[in-house]
Amino acid sequence: MKQSGIIDRTGGIFLLVMLAVAVLVPASNLLLPAGHPLHVPDYMIPLLGKYLTYALLAVAVDLVWGYCGVLSLGHGAFFALGGYAMGMYLMRQIGPRGVYGNPVLPDFMVFLNYKELPWFWHGFDMFPFAMLMVVVVPGALAFVFGWFAFRSRVTGVYLSIITQAMTFALMLAFFRNDMGFGGNNGLTDFKDILGFPISAPSTRLTLFVASAVALALGYLICRALVTSKYGKVLVAVRDAESRTRFLGYRVQNYKLLAWVLSAMLAGVAGALYVPQVGIINPSEFAPAQSIEMVIWVAVGGRGTLVGAALGAVIVNAGKTWFTGVLPEAWLFALGALFVLVTLFLPRGVLGLASSISERWKARRPAATPTPEPAE
Amino acid sequence: MSFEAQSSEPYVVKSHGALALEAEMREIAQDRPGANRMSMTPALLYLDNITVSFDGFRALNALSLVIEEAEMRAIIGPNGAGKTTMMDVITGKTRPNQGVAYFAGTHDLTSLDEAAIAQLGIGRKFQTPTVFDMHSVEDNILLALKEDRRPFSNIYWRRTPHERERIDELLERVRLKDARFRRAGDLSHGQKQWLEIGMLLAQEPRLLLVDEPAAGMTDQETADTAVLLREIAKTRSVVVVEHDMQFVRDLDVKVTVLHEGSVLAEGPLDQVSADERVIEVYLGR
Ligand SMILES: Nc1ncnc2c1ncn2[C@@H]1O[C@H](COP(=O)(O)OP(=O)(O)OP(=O)(O)O)[C@@H](O)[C@H]1O
Ligand SMILES: [Mg+2]
Repeated sequence: MKQSGIIDRTGGIFLLVMLAVAVLVPASNLLLPAGHPLHVPDYMIPLLGKYLTYALLAVAVDLVWGYCGVLSLGHGAFFALGGYAMGMYLMRQIGPRGVYGNPVLPDFMVFLNYKELPWFWHGFDMFPFAMLMVVVVPGALAFVFGWFAFRSRVTGVYLSIITQAMTFALMLAFFRNDMGFGGNNGLTDFKDILGFPISAPSTRLTLFVASAVALALGYLICRALVTSKYGKVLVAVRDAESRTRFLGYRVQNYKLLAWVLSAMLAGVAGALYVPQVGIINPSEFAPAQSIEMVIWVAVGGRGTLVGAALGAVIVNAGKTWFTGVLPEAWLFALGALFVLVTLFLPRGVLGLASSISERWKARRPAATPTPEPAE
Repeated sequence: MSFEAQSSEPYVVKSHGALALEAEMREIAQDRPGANRMSMTPALLYLDNITVSFDGFRALNALSLVIEEAEMRAIIGPNGAGKTTMMDVITGKTRPNQGVAYFAGTHDLTSLDEAAIAQLGIGRKFQTPTVFDMHSVEDNILLALKEDRRPFSNIYWRRTPHERERIDELLERVRLKDARFRRAGDLSHGQKQWLEIGMLLAQEPRLLLVDEPAAGMTDQETADTAVLLREIAKTRSVVVVEHDMQFVRDLDVKVTVLHEGSVLAEGPLDQVSADERVIEVYLGR
């Protein structure tokens, strides 16, 4: 940690890349002819957008795992809840255009003989309310969960296990038809968002750019947090929790704040994910999903934020490629990747990149004559 | 779930005087010899009849100890005598099964959590030095400085000139000025011990609990540490646990000998080291 400002070198590069992506991808999609080698075809846009939402999710996981030492194996739950909040809005946007033509009830409710809209579906026809719920619902769940867990001083493996239990319990609940969230099939067949057709290329480009902006903002928020004194305390908690307590810090409150914020960011990521993939169902709550997120962070480099985002993109691009070529082998490949990274790249891909650049700099000492300034 | 114990103050609102009186009444009721001491001199730390059992094994057995304002006390005793456990009780890490522990006359230490106790002004140095390895030496001190401990105020924190001065001063005092930007994890064992003492000072506590500060130090470092602690004890109360007899001699203060969880002897080092029971359990081994 050489620079103490909010935007260090890696962060600056990251933000520039995000800016370039947000500008160049739409430009190439719109301006270049279809046959051009640099042309990004329409079908790629939501795919890339999905990677960006995963990257935001990974940044959220890294905030609690990399800086606070809380290994969450349940972030999929917060992501999915954000996604469901967005899905509910999109369902209500369908209106009378559903198969059954009911102006209020979504198709699955008509099919399941609902007579009226369940109380918790009210308000989701309003976009601002739905967006509020995107952060409030995951945030509230995280608050209640964290309040009990951190106060009771559940840490380490035990905490990870109960986060798994949390997402698993939610998965079982959301699978039930009488929960009112579409059961097994989840929410899908969306028509439009804010009046724009959801699968129109221009809508998809907008969602893509929104995802890039959300990722950049999420990164900046986390970065501001971890470079503050609050962030220093967080790292102290990660490395020597009880020592931090004896200095007079109420560790549970520090953890709770990071935990709730992280859940909210995950919720935002989920909300951006749903309109781009066109569906949200209970499989997003599956324990394996949450474990995968942790692997993204480990691959990219834990405790760096940028590495987390990078890892999410690398692993998911790999997954897309792999499931095209050898779908059955993907889980084995993921497991192998995790083992290899743990053994040979403890600081992840980003750590590898920075040690390469350091070695490169060291070989040309003349290029960096100035010692580190004592601020 | 004992959430009550976590809150910074007990639910019952009582005046300081009322609490002190209550504690005293309790003493008298139990007919303990130490009962009146508190009312005459408001001791900074007052432990009485403290018992801690781990699965039936009594790590502390009816331990009583009184530390006055700006007093330095050395605690000695064989391995397993309960010295560290006593510090655990004072700092809220371990709850006693029995007994009372008051700080500054009014604060019941057995009902406060670690953070609250630390904020009251009790600082602790651990037996094995624990500093924040990934942070710089400077940031270790920064985190210990007596400032607002709440999360939100630390988000909006900006480094102030006053902080910088304090850190300079403290680093000077523990001779780590040159190591300012080094990672604390890269320091030598002795340096870590001193950094921890620096962190202790940064908290500006009224009572310092120092567990084996000389462990792993060279003779010179040990002597320097004794000088430093004596200087600190001019304005603050210090409780030092140490095995190194030369070090205890250098401190030149009242000594308490612990054995099997209770006080075996108390007095000047020469006096306790002449005590036959002490020789038997400890010095003569
Ligand atoms: N959490 C615990 N559970 C069970 N037994 C414990 C626990 N903590 C301490 N003990 C026991 O209590 C006794 C007192 O331990 P303590 O660490 O207080 O001794 P000490 O005087 O500090 O010894 P040393 O000089 O070795 O540091 C020891 O026998 C120890 O094994
Ligand atoms: Mg000990």
